[in-house]
Amino acid sequence: MKSIFLKRDTGPTTPASATRADEPPIVIEGLNHWFGSGEARKQVLYDLNLTIERGKLVILMGASGSGKTTLLTLAGCLRTVQEGSVHLLGHELNGADEDLLVTCRRQMGFIFQAHNLHESLTAMQNVRMGLDVHGAQVTTDWQAAASHLLTLLGLGDRLDYLPGNLSGGQKQRVAVARALVGNPYIVFADEPTAALDKESGYQVVHLLKQLGTERNTTTFMVTHDNRILEMADRIITMEEGRIVKDEIQDGWQGS
Amino acid sequence: MTALLTVLFGRLPIGWLQLKHNRTRFAAAIAGVAFANVLIFMQLGFLGALVESTRLPYHPMMADILISASDANTLSDGSNIPRQRLYQTLNVSGVADATAVYLGKFDWQQDNGSTVNFQVFGIDPDRKIFNLPGVETARGRLRLLDMALMDRKARNLDPSTLSTIDAGDIFSFEVNGRTLNTVGTFSIGGGFDADGYLIVSDQTFLRIFPNRTAGAPTHIFVTVAQGADPEIVVERLRQSIAADDVIVRTIEDAAKADEVYQTTEKPVGLIFGFGVIIGVMVGLIIVYQVLSTDVADHLAEYATLKAVGYKQSFFLSIVFEEALILAIFGFIPGVLISLGLYEFVASATGLPVSMTEWRPVAVLLGTILMCIASGAIATRRLAGANPADLF
Ligand SMILES: Nc1ncnc2c1ncn2[C@@H]1O[C@H](COP(=O)(O)OP(=O)(O)OP(=O)(O)O)[C@@H](O)[C@H]1O
Ligand SMILES: [Mg+2]
Repeated sequence: MKSIFLKRDTGPTTPASATRADEPPIVIEGLNHWFGSGEARKQVLYDLNLTIERGKLVILMGASGSGKTTLLTLAGCLRTVQEGSVHLLGHELNGADEDLLVTCRRQMGFIFQAHNLHESLTAMQNVRMGLDVHGAQVTTDWQAAASHLLTLLGLGDRLDYLPGNLSGGQKQRVAVARALVGNPYIVFADEPTAALDKESGYQVVHLLKQLGTERNTTTFMVTHDNRILEMADRIITMEEGRIVKDEIQDGWQGS
Repeated sequence: MTALLTVLFGRLPIGWLQLKHNRTRFAAAIAGVAFANVLIFMQLGFLGALVESTRLPYHPMMADILISASDANTLSDGSNIPRQRLYQTLNVSGVADATAVYLGKFDWQQDNGSTVNFQVFGIDPDRKIFNLPGVETARGRLRLLDMALMDRKARNLDPSTLSTIDAGDIFSFEVNGRTLNTVGTFSIGGGFDADGYLIVSDQTFLRIFPNRTAGAPTHIFVTVAQGADPEIVVERLRQSIAADDVIVRTIEDAAKADEVYQTTEKPVGLIFGFGVIIGVMVGLIIVYQVLSTDVADHLAEYATLKAVGYKQSFFLSIVFEEALILAIFGFIPGVLISLGLYEFVASATGLPVSMTEWRPVAVLLGTILMCIASGAIATRRLAGANPADLF
């Protein structure tokens, strides 16, 4: 099967080159996190330790407010690490400067709880934004890559629609395409299927699985969706800022 | 347009697409920038007219050096100077000729009821003082008493006056109890101090202004000998006259000093200068408002792009793109409206309000700068923020 994903840029400056192929892409040690300051300062993550293997679909579960999004954004370099260590693709994020954060972010795909599409850009153009960030050499064939991915997600007849003319689920799928089009090493997804019907939710997760087997892409996903749980390689459960359960699923092949 | 900009920027013209997406706001923003531009153009136009009209009477002066009372800030506001200074001047080497010139003002009530405020030059009719076509041909006729030459560009002038003179007839009118006979015209044009100019002989001048005496002219016009450097002669004059009741300057220096005084010390000049600053501030506020609202509205989208790995410079470039578009789109109607208003003000006031070639360039550059500064401030919010905190 022909790959739908663009070639990864693996220049000497990319973080990937700093990791050995068998090195886990995410290693978290002694991670604590607080929100607020002074009297209102409240701890939301407590001494988390977690190693995530390459190429796996790892699911994060837990009650609302248990700290799932916080953990995801810390691991995905969208939030400054306060205490403890997050090792991402061979780079320590605690104390990382803006340049390193930018380099790391370019190796990730992030699917957010809110789709956050640019209202003034078409579906195609929104997806293009996920490619342009990598520079000219990756974007030469952007149209083919973007339209192929959108078509795969069932949006082949909506390529030039503005988000205002798309349904919530369609917008969410455009956001998925934007996250995946750059062919990331790790995909962080925060309830990516919440707005989707059964069929398109399955498409999205299938795509992520395909990335895992074909490209060894790691997916770290928050979800409550039971249909997806079956497809997971590993399920981590959080409760009040702590990891309380960590199950490896059938078919898991440890490295 | 989008395709063109994509090629131009080497990326999607997000700023342009974003502005275009909200047409009402786009139109309002353009109107705001245009308004600020008109405000700035009008104040600059008035300021320019003040400078231009101040310099108008200096242009045709054929002398090289002007000796005026030391308290003279403008051409006409100084005290009188002792005629003695004229004789001292004539003794300085490098001086070819010197002549006393008298200045005074009067209001002429025309038959149609409107008033013309004339600045009167009393000159020696045997000397070339003004390089003005109408003056050189008719100067001889001023030797007769009560003859006058009139500024055809004088504000509020009844058109029938000019047609009488142009037909070859003498136009007579009464001033301070004497009848003046206008035998010719010339063109200078009024300013903020007077509506226009009138040239008479020194003898006639002293009759119109009975409290002035031949012994106390307003200026001494000095012509230097051929090949002499006016600057050096000015220096010699200062040393040999050595009196603190006069100042000796080249015509150009005197005009420059007059201009500076008018624009920086007289209330009109200050008001126009202040108006320019107000215009710039109004423009800044409008553009900043537009751009910062725009950034605030798209914060979640920008945060998403930041999460994807776009740098601060990318967001700056989007906002600069918007700023540039607003500056240019606002400038075009702004300059067109201003040109129309210039024409209107010039014909309504007779002031030399007109567009100079550098002014649109300066205003456009200033507008772009103003827009870019606003854009830079508007994106500051994005700079240090965690993407996760902006969703
Ligand atoms: N920006 C913030 N400022 C202050 N407190 C916050 C902030 N974001 C999250 N919190 C708090 O941190 C805790 C963990 O929040 P988080 O968003 O990680 O939970 P979650 O597991 O993702 O919940 P949900 O399933 O509802 O998305 C909650 O108690 C929440 O109130
Ligand atoms: Mg959450």
